[in-house]
Amino acid sequence: MNTSAKTNMPSSMVSVGGGESRTSKATNNVKMRAKDVKVFYGDTQAINGIDIDIYENEVLAFIGPSGCGKSTFLRCLNRMNDTIDICRVEGEITLDQKDIYAPDRDVVLLRAQVGIVFQKPNPFPKSIYENIAYGPRLHGLAKRKAELDDIVESSLRRAGLWEEVKDRLDQPGTGLSGGQQQRLCIARTIAVSPDIILMDEPCSALDPIATGKVEQLIDELSESYTIVMVTHNMQQAARVADRTAFFHMGDLIEVDSTDTIFTNPQNQRTHDYITGRYG
Amino acid sequence: MSNLALIATLLLIMALAYHLGLTRSRAVAAEHDVRMHSRPGYYGALVALWCGLPALTLFLLWSFLAPQLIDMLVTQQLPIDLVAGMSDRELATFLRRVTALANERSVSGGGTPEELAAAAHMARLQTFENLSLVALMAVCAVTGLVFARRNISPQWRARNQVERVITIALAASSAVAIFTTVGIVLSMLGEALKFFSFISPAEFFLGTTWNPRFSTSGTDAQGEFGLLPLLWGTMMVSAIALLIAIPVGLMTAIYMAEYAPSWLRNVAKPIIEILAGIPTIVYGFFALIVIGPFLSSVGDLVGINIRTTSALTAGLVMGIMIIPFVSSLSDDIITQVPKSLRDGALGLGATKSETIRQVVLPAALPGIVGAFLLAASRAIGETMIVVLAAGNNPVLHANPFEAISTITVTIVNQLTGDMDFASPQSLVAFALGLTLFVITLGLNVIALVIVRKYRQQYE
Repeated sequence: MNTSAKTNMPSSMVSVGGGESRTSKATNNVKMRAKDVKVFYGDTQAINGIDIDIYENEVLAFIGPSGCGKSTFLRCLNRMNDTIDICRVEGEITLDQKDIYAPDRDVVLLRAQVGIVFQKPNPFPKSIYENIAYGPRLHGLAKRKAELDDIVESSLRRAGLWEEVKDRLDQPGTGLSGGQQQRLCIARTIAVSPDIILMDEPCSALDPIATGKVEQLIDELSESYTIVMVTHNMQQAARVADRTAFFHMGDLIEVDSTDTIFTNPQNQRTHDYITGRYG
Repeated sequence: MSNLALIATLLLIMALAYHLGLTRSRAVAAEHDVRMHSRPGYYGALVALWCGLPALTLFLLWSFLAPQLIDMLVTQQLPIDLVAGMSDRELATFLRRVTALANERSVSGGGTPEELAAAAHMARLQTFENLSLVALMAVCAVTGLVFARRNISPQWRARNQVERVITIALAASSAVAIFTTVGIVLSMLGEALKFFSFISPAEFFLGTTWNPRFSTSGTDAQGEFGLLPLLWGTMMVSAIALLIAIPVGLMTAIYMAEYAPSWLRNVAKPIIEILAGIPTIVYGFFALIVIGPFLSSVGDLVGINIRTTSALTAGLVMGIMIIPFVSSLSDDIITQVPKSLRDGALGLGATKSETIRQVVLPAALPGIVGAFLLAASRAIGETMIVVLAAGNNPVLHANPFEAISTITVTIVNQLTGDMDFASPQSLVAFALGLTLFVITLGLNVIALVIVRKYRQQYE
């Protein structure tokens, strides 16, 4: 498994993920910072105190066995956990040095800035056009119909879906294939022009070809967005991520350049996991 | 031997047959030292079925046919001139009295000599019939038992056969409901056709006056049977009810499904559903005694003349009654909308109410419309509230503050008191019932189709 991960890694990845240099260079470019974040579901603690920095325009992947808290932590970053009644978040998460859990923080604006794409494609039962236009309309991003049309087109283009759907924008988004639906959801997220896109196992419901397209899309998007993704698939992390974080039992065990994590992990548990000893 | 004792005995014999089959199958297994196809209980059950089912079928056929046979034999025995002097109807009455006498029940007048003679003859026949039934059933049961018990062998697929009998029994139970429905519809159709032989369908469906006179005023004075005032009244009351129930019910459902904390939902939902369990007659007198006078005094305050019993009174209370239908059906449907859709909207920065209005409700809309239609058919068929609170005034007018009448109320009126089922005044009830049935059936079918279509979308 370890070997295949290395051989699958694009050569460009190695140069980007130049570990130490990037981390030191990016200190003033910290986009989000989590400090001692703990998450509880009722009385059960799911996250035990995580510190991590997320740099501008990087692709950061969270890996780890099921139930390790990686999705829970991801959902803290745009406060999606607020929708779960029994979920409680402690600690501090900042976006551009401002606490996102501050009482006066407007969660609606936060989510416009930190978009999220879910594991299962969840297009609204509306037309393709309306799916994309929904977010911009919510936030009043377009004053005229023509502007909205532009946003829809450019979002679909960036998600690589435009050519496939341009002739049937009025048809229901639920009628697309699984991979198209997921790219529609990504386009929908891009349409509100966020700074950060969170992706919660975006390819786990897709076949290999659709997965390939989404991965390519992530690669292209990383030029203008900061992307944080959770994945079960270690090769995927190796293929698309600049840095990779390994979670285990609610702890962040290790975070480093993807290259280092997959070739020379510092922690024994990381080593065991990526060599397939458990998880 | 009374029928009850007969059945009880048969059940006892079946229990015995079960035991015999069970022990026999064990014995066969031990004797040949092989594994039986089915477990012993199945052989027992199968022997019991072989013993009981033919005898039971015989019993049912016999109970159905024997009385007719006896009636026929008794009639043949009667003096010819007596029979010739009677119409079919008189003969039926005569036989009913004879049957009563034969079973030692008293009849009015004590019975004529001819009746007593026929009764004695009938009693003899009945004794013979009863004895032969017992004998035949005994033969049937024992033959079945012996046959099945001797058939027990390792190859006999008892389990499969028992399963088949169970399937047939279950299917038969479902058939009961279906045949009952069909029977009711056919009988309504038959009587309605009789009505239409008096009054033409055009006159009934398009007539604007409802004034059916009394049947005692002679066949010439048939009165007018125009459906439209009643249909209009029904629609008006139902529309008022839905105007109340749909917004209140839907908002209740949204609050319960999306906003209410779980402790509140656990307390409030059952209370709301209790509303559906209150007998409609109670709603009726609540409307008559509380709501009617209240609306009337409110009307006085604002200068509108509102009758105590009016379309508004009935519609308002009926609306309250169907709130739980709308709210609990819509609640189920809203809860079924996948969480991922809500997350999708929230993740784009929609507020909670934006998510509900723009994503959850559109997704749930077909199902909610289905809930509305079910509530509507409930409102159209509702009777007691309108009987008490709508004023029974079958006149075509558009004023909701005046009394009206509905189809259901009119059915009640036409079928209470002295009835003569040969007159259009009573028969019209069947034509009305059929109309009502077709309307509610149509609404239910549309509702079910819509709800089903919606379900498929997310399963």
